[in-house]
Amino acid sequence: MEMPSPNPAILARKADLAVKLAAVLPADALIQDEMETRAYECDALTAYRCPPMLVVLPRTTQEVSDVLRICHQMGVPVVPRGAGTSLAGGALPTADCVILGVARMNDVLETDYDNRIIRVQTGRTNLSVSGAVEEEDFFYAPDPSSQLACAIAGNIAMNSGGAHCLKYGVTTNNLMGVTMVMMDGTVVEIGGAHLDAGGLDLLGVICGSEGQLGVVTEATLRILRKPEGARPVLIGYDSNEVAGACVSDIIKAGVLPVAIEFMDRPCIEACEAFAKAGYPMCEALLIVEVEGSEAEIDHQLKLITDIARSHNPVELREARDADEAGRIWLGRKSAFGAMGQINDYMCLDGTIPVTALPLVLRRIGELSKEFGLDVANVFHAGDGNMHPLILFDANKVGDLELCEEFGAEILKFCVEVGGCLTGEHGVGIEKRDLMLHQYLPEDLEAQLKVKDVFDPQWLLNPAKVFPLSVTEGRRAVAIAAE
Amino acid sequence: MKPETEAELVEMIAGATGPLAICGGGTRGFDVAGEGLTTSGLSGVELYEPGAMTMVARAGTPVAEIEALLAENGQRLAFEPMDHRGLLGSEGVPTIGGVFAANVSGPRRIQVGAARDFLLGVRFVDGAGQVVKNGGRVMKNVTGYDLVKLMSGAHGTLGVLSEVSFKVLPLPEAEATVRVADVDLEVAVQVMSAALGSPFDVTGAAYDPALRQAYVRVEGFAGAVEYRAGRLVSDLARFGATQQVDERAELWRGIRDVAAFQGREGDVWRISVKPSDAVALAEQLQAEEVQFDWGGGLVWVLVPAGTDLRARMTVPGHATLTRAGAETRAQLGQFHPEPAPLAAISAGLRAKFDPRGILNAGLMG
Repeated sequence: MEMPSPNPAILARKADLAVKLAAVLPADALIQDEMETRAYECDALTAYRCPPMLVVLPRTTQEVSDVLRICHQMGVPVVPRGAGTSLAGGALPTADCVILGVARMNDVLETDYDNRIIRVQTGRTNLSVSGAVEEEDFFYAPDPSSQLACAIAGNIAMNSGGAHCLKYGVTTNNLMGVTMVMMDGTVVEIGGAHLDAGGLDLLGVICGSEGQLGVVTEATLRILRKPEGARPVLIGYDSNEVAGACVSDIIKAGVLPVAIEFMDRPCIEACEAFAKAGYPMCEALLIVEVEGSEAEIDHQLKLITDIARSHNPVELREARDADEAGRIWLGRKSAFGAMGQINDYMCLDGTIPVTALPLVLRRIGELSKEFGLDVANVFHAGDGNMHPLILFDANKVGDLELCEEFGAEILKFCVEVGGCLTGEHGVGIEKRDLMLHQYLPEDLEAQLKVKDVFDPQWLLNPAKVFPLSVTEGRRAVAIAAE
Repeated sequence: MKPETEAELVEMIAGATGPLAICGGGTRGFDVAGEGLTTSGLSGVELYEPGAMTMVARAGTPVAEIEALLAENGQRLAFEPMDHRGLLGSEGVPTIGGVFAANVSGPRRIQVGAARDFLLGVRFVDGAGQVVKNGGRVMKNVTGYDLVKLMSGAHGTLGVLSEVSFKVLPLPEAEATVRVADVDLEVAVQVMSAALGSPFDVTGAAYDPALRQAYVRVEGFAGAVEYRAGRLVSDLARFGATQQVDERAELWRGIRDVAAFQGREGDVWRISVKPSDAVALAEQLQAEEVQFDWGGGLVWVLVPAGTDLRARMTVPGHATLTRAGAETRAQLGQFHPEPAPLAAISAGLRAKFDPRGILNAGLMG
């Protein structure tokens, strides 16, 4: 992936900038030592690295505002960073940027069970938001796989999803308000504890804008009462087509499970070898989870297993207790770890209409042979959010590039069948250059106009989301204006 | 003007020489000056996949046509869009584009989300006559900026919707309503808060001060509904006389469409606040006629014509003037004024998407 070359004029301002930032930040909130800035050289897309010019770790909205105002005045690009778990390179620095990390802003500001909201600083991790309300049996619904580590700031930037969004929606459906700092330092409040924006839905466009429109420092999130119980069922089939038809029939029957997870044979084998969850060896495995009281769960599971049986499963296993439920989820939850043990891998998240599932899996299989790279599929089937894991060897020259090419072909096919490039990870740098496969230049232009309004100088995370060729003019104008 | 194709819509907008008053069926009371342009000629469902819970329709498709097709397949628009005709005394055919352009949701909004949460993709024509596509027809999509949300609730001011794709949900097998009788507003908000904070997936929580009754709705499989309604009856009994009632669909349609204020003199306001602020808000408003939905967070108010409720409101939230004469609308504005920095962003967006300022000009600021 190409990144814009650093601007020497900006690099020359480093010392001056550091002095100005030091004047508004506590001593430990500014990192300029080259050994220490190296810790921020990449996010979870580790194939790409570049230490930033400086790193700031503010603790308050005011400090964020001061930093942005100074960078704005000096024409210095800023790359916001939550916990650095982006798989898409959303927090990848350039050598001439300031990394603005919100990790130290992790306070709970307010919990309000009567109104079912929590207000937090956005450096707080996803799981610890639920942790803060667990005592009262509440939870925060979006649950990305990285929830132990990832920050709400990044969740908002990428509009993160998770396994349970079939029922509860993704971040944007659970975000009620933000405190956001604009690139010029202006602090704005959008939304709050009341529902729905009064004017334009600015909250809706900020969520998922990958840190390009502003830095969100505080968020009001919807919290929900935990269901009385939940139980999964494991269903195995000897073909992807039949498993896909089963998913479609479950949905058509009016059952709305909280999660429907799908694993294909390569994934089942890897997970079984790694976690020994006792999975059957078959072509496709579904884990379907439902929620409610014991009786409600029994009723829904009966409907689901009746449908499943009509498709002749090779295995059908209902969890009888918490231990068995845990075993059913064990393999799925360790899928990424299992893959990591076999090899380096790239995880994609193209999303497709559920009905296209068998077709897309077949095409991925063909491409796997063409490229000579193995691929395992594990994904959220209810909403068509695929996660092909392409295995490659980072130490083998050319393997990463081959893997990226393969990945691009899969994503293009997702778009071709009516889907999209990314369902929950975001575009970052990873899928930036594929954007013109999903959108026409005019469609992208409409998105660029939004950034023009929020960040006219194009200083916030400027080299992400859109192909560099498309944004070149705008970034060049920003540089020329210095 | 009434385009029959997206290409005609492009021509009409590109060729416009003055302001355009954009509407779908024109039933929702957003009247502005300008030459009329309705999308009702862009009609028809283009794709419906029950197994994927998604539908794609041209913007002018009647809501009734969509709801009938969904019902045949045991599905529905879960956000329960309000029909404004009774309250506004308007005529015409509500369109799906109008529902999304105005982000119209009903009582179930508190459980499943608003219209905007169901909108997956749009095609629209901006003020320069450019066709723009955003989003798609899959349920999870973070590819680029979410202009889908931005278009929902923009009331045509950023572009005219030509096609929408959206998520639908299964129709429940059963529903039940639990009523808590003879409670004042303060207790009613506690009732609704307790219900919404229960694990029973409450899909409606409303209060009628005239009758002093709070209503809580649950939906789902018959067995589940019976169980949940039973649990709510016993859990809510501490607040007042609680029982399961049989009114159901008519009751919730009345709440959705604000039946209490239909055919009555005066202006109607729609206020969104934090549910627990409903009590303080009611005191600030000094209004005789008030109805509460969304657990207290949605407040409908009927007041004598020309009353400025925003001037009385000090709790956070926003107030929309849903029904009023032209003079009051012009004087107070239909939408709540935004704080300066947000107003600047909104104005900036309008200037980019509608550089000539011709799309429902002045409606939102």
